[in-house]
Amino acid sequence: MQVPVLKQRDYLIASIQAALTDADLLQLRDALVEQVGRFRSRGVIVDVTALDVMDSFAARTLRDLAHMIRLRGAETVIVGIQPEVSFAMVQLGLTLEGVATALDLEEGLAFLDKRLNVRRRP
Amino acid sequence: MASHEIRVPINSDIDIVIARQRGRELATQLGFGSSDLVLIATAISELARNIVLYAQKGEVVLSLIEDGGRKGVAVVAHDEGPGILEIERAMQEGYSTSRSLGLGLPGVKRIMDDFHIVSETGRGTTVTVRRWKP
Repeated sequence: MQVPVLKQRDYLIASIQAALTDADLLQLRDALVEQVGRFRSRGVIVDVTALDVMDSFAARTLRDLAHMIRLRGAETVIVGIQPEVSFAMVQLGLTLEGVATALDLEEGLAFLDKRLNVRRRP
Repeated sequence: MASHEIRVPINSDIDIVIARQRGRELATQLGFGSSDLVLIATAISELARNIVLYAQKGEVVLSLIEDGGRKGVAVVAHDEGPGILEIERAMQEGYSTSRSLGLGLPGVKRIMDDFHIVSETGRGTTVTVRRWKP
């Protein structure tokens, strides 16, 4: 299952729609790392609201994704981690160290605007 | 004892998703809460991935279990792969034989109620975990 990536202003928004296989996750990582250059994006939002499970592989791949995109000169924020998923991650000892997270898409956009010093018209 | 048994062959990463979804469906039948459902699904995901990573193929057997009035879900992850050379080390936090990827076994042990592992070098590995309904 491919993850649709939406380009909005300087940002790329990837909304995970369903459970992803390991290969899907790696493909998403590589696609975003490439598209940041192609669209000269400054920020990336990965919406994981629909993700039912965040296991060690998913956590590691999202961490890698964020770090690779930072090396490409853009910022990543992971949004929409569900309460039960956050609980399971803590129990398993999985972290997204060094990766920005936000409650939802709206908060993710606000985070990027602030981080990248983007001024919006009121 | 097992009233219901689901066998999921594990041959590729797609099967990891199938196994954890089947496990979640089974646990839902028993009325587990949403947090427990995610824990169970995550444990299945880790166990199934170990099969794909270290043994290439194997199977995950999911069943509903009963013991003295309490009910739960059992997950048996079995493979005939190389086996784990040093189980004690594999059960230590942060242990990893495959680059930056840990086996995830200590985490799985922590989130399930019962954890049992049998591994023989060259013969394979069987991990049995159970989660009882609170």
